[in-house]
Amino acid sequence: MTTFAFENRIWEQDETLSREQLSKLQLERLKQTLEQVANVPFYKKVLAENKLSPDSIKSLDDLRRIPFTNKEDLRQHYPLGFMAVPREQISRIHGSSGTTGKPTFVAYTVGDRERWANLCARFLVAGGLRSNHLVHIAFGFGLFTGGFGLHFGVEKVGAGILPAAAGNTPRQIMLLQDLAAEVLICTPSYSLQIAEVARAQGIDPAQLPLKFGHFGGEPWTEDMRLEIERELGIMAFNNYGLSEVIGPGVSGECVARCGMHIQEDHFIVECINPDTLEPVQQGEQGELVFTSLTKEAMPVLRYRTRDIATLDYSPCPCGRTGVRMSRVVGRTDDMLIIRGVNVFPSQVEEALLRVEGTAPHYLIEVDRPGTLDEVKVHVEIRPQDFSDKMSQMQALRDRIDREIHSVTGIRMKVELVEPQSLERSFGKAQRVIDHRNDK
Amino acid sequence: MSDVKCTSNVFHPNSAMDFLPVGQLRQLQLARYQAIVRRAYEKVELFRKRMEERSLKPEDIKSLDDVAKLPFTIKTDLRDTYPFDLFASEMSDIVRLHASSGTTGKPIVVAYTQQDVDVWASVMVRTFAACGLGKGDIIQNSYGYGLFTGGLGAHYGAEALGATVIPTSGGNTERQIMVLKDFNVTAICCTPSYFLHIIERAGEMGIDFKALPLKAGIFGAEPWTENMRVRIEEEGGIKAYDIYGLSEIIGPGVASACCAQEGLHIFEDHFYPEIIDPQTGDPQPDGTEGELVFTTLSKWAMPMIRYRTRDITRLMTEQCPCGRTVRRIARIGRRSDDMFIIRGVNVFPSQIEEALLAVEGTLPHYQIVLTRAKGLDNMEVQVEVTADLFSDKIGAMEGLQQKLGKSVEHIIGIRAKVSLVEPHTIARSEGKAKRLIDKREM
Amino acid sequence: MKLNQLSVFLENKPGRLSEPCKVLADAGVNILTISLADTEQFGILRLIVPDWQKAKNALEKAQCVVNVTEVVAVEVEDKPGGLQNVLQVMEQAQLNIEYMYAFTFRRENKAIIVFRFEDPDTAVKLLQQKALKILSSEEVCQRVEG
Repeated sequence: MTTFAFENRIWEQDETLSREQLSKLQLERLKQTLEQVANVPFYKKVLAENKLSPDSIKSLDDLRRIPFTNKEDLRQHYPLGFMAVPREQISRIHGSSGTTGKPTFVAYTVGDRERWANLCARFLVAGGLRSNHLVHIAFGFGLFTGGFGLHFGVEKVGAGILPAAAGNTPRQIMLLQDLAAEVLICTPSYSLQIAEVARAQGIDPAQLPLKFGHFGGEPWTEDMRLEIERELGIMAFNNYGLSEVIGPGVSGECVARCGMHIQEDHFIVECINPDTLEPVQQGEQGELVFTSLTKEAMPVLRYRTRDIATLDYSPCPCGRTGVRMSRVVGRTDDMLIIRGVNVFPSQVEEALLRVEGTAPHYLIEVDRPGTLDEVKVHVEIRPQDFSDKMSQMQALRDRIDREIHSVTGIRMKVELVEPQSLERSFGKAQRVIDHRNDK
Repeated sequence: MSDVKCTSNVFHPNSAMDFLPVGQLRQLQLARYQAIVRRAYEKVELFRKRMEERSLKPEDIKSLDDVAKLPFTIKTDLRDTYPFDLFASEMSDIVRLHASSGTTGKPIVVAYTQQDVDVWASVMVRTFAACGLGKGDIIQNSYGYGLFTGGLGAHYGAEALGATVIPTSGGNTERQIMVLKDFNVTAICCTPSYFLHIIERAGEMGIDFKALPLKAGIFGAEPWTENMRVRIEEEGGIKAYDIYGLSEIIGPGVASACCAQEGLHIFEDHFYPEIIDPQTGDPQPDGTEGELVFTTLSKWAMPMIRYRTRDITRLMTEQCPCGRTVRRIARIGRRSDDMFIIRGVNVFPSQIEEALLAVEGTLPHYQIVLTRAKGLDNMEVQVEVTADLFSDKIGAMEGLQQKLGKSVEHIIGIRAKVSLVEPHTIARSEGKAKRLIDKREM
Repeated sequence: MKLNQLSVFLENKPGRLSEPCKVLADAGVNILTISLADTEQFGILRLIVPDWQKAKNALEKAQCVVNVTEVVAVEVEDKPGGLQNVLQVMEQAQLNIEYMYAFTFRRENKAIIVFRFEDPDTAVKLLQQKALKILSSEEVCQRVEG
């Protein structure tokens, strides 16, 4: 498949700490984090209510005495109520989609940025990156953490970067051919889009100079990995992260590719039953919960990710000791990931509300007809919205289109449909149909 | 304007070179000029060949007056050497590549070593410092991130300055305004026309812009006028600073306004300026208007010798009230070629032609109309419908409109409105249509 | 039994419609039926005339963009359900209608519906099988001009 020889190189010795050393370090850092979060009014209150202090944490088991943190908590303390350092020490602010128009913002000190770059460097090196490579980054930059996290990780390793950002696939292909990057970084579905567009242009995507890729930002499957590897003639590595915890760099695959090593010296992971909130049996599916151990600007305690996965504590041949998480297999809420962007149905509703004053009946239909996610929003026309002029109807459609783009950051195809044509069950409409799950 | 007091002049250690005594600065420039010409001569075939044609050796540059003997570099040289042939460093030493649109399909690629990236960040720190910003400021960076140098260039500078950076990148105006307001942003980086759009939109949203803590705008990537600056300052309640740069030289950070807001200081220890007559190529004395030419004095991965920017301006040598000794350029008024800038993106009419050609195989009559509504630049490409393009089906015609729009977007990177117009409605003179109508009020 | 329909490209601006109409008037061409489809930026004028070639020449001379498309004119009773008979045939055969427009002439209490089918030949065949009255160009002319 590929002639590239993958050698197992470890970026930092801390990736191979024994479980005993790791636990000791985690406990020490957890106590420090509890001290750090005392600067956050929300946590100060939580700790006081539960009679918790750094000294009351005697072992890692005591972590379970701390209540969970939810996305809703972050939303209620918008924009930066979770900051644990004075504002002057904040070097960077990022954001991710919120359940409504307001995004969730996260903050980094200079030290956080440094550690973040290092965490990304770890999994990039684990997955083959060396300083002499050229890396084509086709992730969007901006408030989204994906592009930046990987960019600074690659820079840390000392490799070259082409910050291609997202979009304009024909140009991306031209640059991949002409500049001969060895490494591709983007969402897994976008890598297939590149392959498809290349083929349509009469270019064999497997003949591109690419050797391997690091993909993340959306859930994908082993089948997709095989397809990417076959189509582009590369090795494909998976990585995971979320902005509330740090961004990409929470975990990533090594050359053994049997799960993503969680960087446990920086994050404690738990896997819980989302209903009972109790830990699941080892190896069972559950919701991942993270506690940050080294974040200064915005530490989080027991943050519920809503991502469902399994954990594997068995030793990995690569020598890294961080527990491996499986691919994310589902969510415990209604969040959708469209082309790497998190979208909540409530955001679409808000956009419709802005255009029409009251939200009409709508249905979000997600599909992946080729390689790229497509979203159709069917909106029922009401008598007050109707005009006999085609141009006015088009203008209405365009306005809805713009608002949805403004709120969610992605383009959806808006279709105006007849009144009462969307199915309702018990008066309540189904809001989302995701055909990607049918495949 | 000349009696402006530089009350907001903040000294930043990085800015020390802005104040170097002129004699010392010229010595430094000469030493660096000699070194970079040597590097270009040794590492880049194009430069060596052109120097050999003129029987020039690097050691022939004995004084700064000798640089006029060196050949120019022009934009098409970058296209003709695409992608790597102007690189003076090995790929393994290159840590960053950026690209901007060329005059036709192939982009122009520029390269940086780690040292170049560090220099870039330092000249952006000096830019921010000249505009009165420092540690503690909250800088919203609304320049687009990616291949365009504006976004990452400003980002690295703002981080190195010690400010808080919010990388909003371009687009989504409502979110931009929300961030401006919710984070008490003190400075914004974007194109001046986009900022006018932000003010307009904020007004529609019922936000009292002048009540926001925003105090400065770092505006560049497109030409603007003194009138526009006054308008922005009045309506936005901020100081509007003009900055200048181009990716062939380094990106943003080549020159910047200071608190005096009269002309832009060139960071001359890294970029050596000349003004030439665009017709004859002859060097012009300081103060005369002509085309701006730069030589990069420290760029290692991709040195540029006497690069013709096509921007028309003059060098200002009078002492600036801010105390900086580096020379200034006057605000850029026009260009010596047909390139236009829309929303910070450089566009050549030839690219539009290429995009239209790509759809139907033949080139229809077309015209590019630039307008500015609510501060936002709009480009309309009017295409005359011919019998070949026409269908009785609305869907097919809309499809054609979309296809043309997509093709334009692919080549120039921004969205354009494509309008289908009736045949023979685009004015022609001597059979040739005027391709560009710029109705924007600057 | 298909008719040739002319379509003309128009920008969606005041005064654009009168130009082709004037051209046809000057050329002595009577318009049997006319329909206009609009979008935000442009419109498409669709015409049926007695002598389409003459009309086309006149329009093209006036530098209009003109297209000739085959459409099918069906005569139906001008009463409730008249159109439905035709649509049923199409629906059963899963034939797509691109667009349509109709006009009535009171004298005979009939209506003429003009269809643009994706596949006009199959449509004509089907309609004929169902004994629906398809009009030729001359017949449309007769009905309208009397």
